[in-house]
Amino acid sequence: MTIKVKFFAILRERAGAGEITKEIEEGSTVADLWEALKKDYPGLAPVATRLLYAVNQNYVKPDYALKERDEVVFIPPVSGGSK
Amino acid sequence: MKMFRVTREPIDLQELVRCVTDPSAGAIATFIGTTRNNNEGRKVIALDYEAYPEMAEKELARIGEEAKRKWQIERMAITHRIGPVQITEPSVIIAVSAAHRDDAFQACRFAIEEIKKTVPIWKKEVFEGGEVWIGTQTGQPLPGR
Repeated sequence: MTIKVKFFAILRERAGAGEITKEIEEGSTVADLWEALKKDYPGLAPVATRLLYAVNQNYVKPDYALKERDEVVFIPPVSGGSK
Repeated sequence: MKMFRVTREPIDLQELVRCVTDPSAGAIATFIGTTRNNNEGRKVIALDYEAYPEMAEKELARIGEEAKRKWQIERMAITHRIGPVQITEPSVIIAVSAAHRDDAFQACRFAIEEIKKTVPIWKKEVFEGGEVWIGTQTGQPLPGR
């Protein structure tokens, strides 16, 4: 199945891309997708920070089962506003 | 104007105040997050915000709904700026109207704290000698490129 992935902030810089599509096996979870992307984009591998997962603009758990044409965004720690 | 939005333009406080002005409100509380010139000993030149815009606006609206459930407020508006923001300029403005000031203050405080937890907006600090993506969820600066 085909999944749309958008990268933002540090992940966009590390991947060197803002938006990609990725072919992945049926039944894959969003966490599986992240593991697969780290192989495609080695720059992502050193990102050790805790990531949250969003599918179609909603937060999901790592075991969320992906569906054809889902839009996935990996969310590094957010920092909106000012301290 | 949308009540919950991200924008590349400078934010106008008066516009947000107009958005929440309501005949049954006896108080309007506002919060302005501004860009300061130093952070953890670094001399900050500017901040550069990046958002996942559609989801950020959705999350801001969710914060507004949650605030309405928790306090007796009339209206809430939040605008977050993205792109480069210079020292002293606002990066985020919140305005809340309520019948009574206590609800307005509390909902306003709640909104800024929630923004930092769930809204997909990231901040890159540009300082003298480098730049760094700030991850305030962990309190740790993420290594830059």
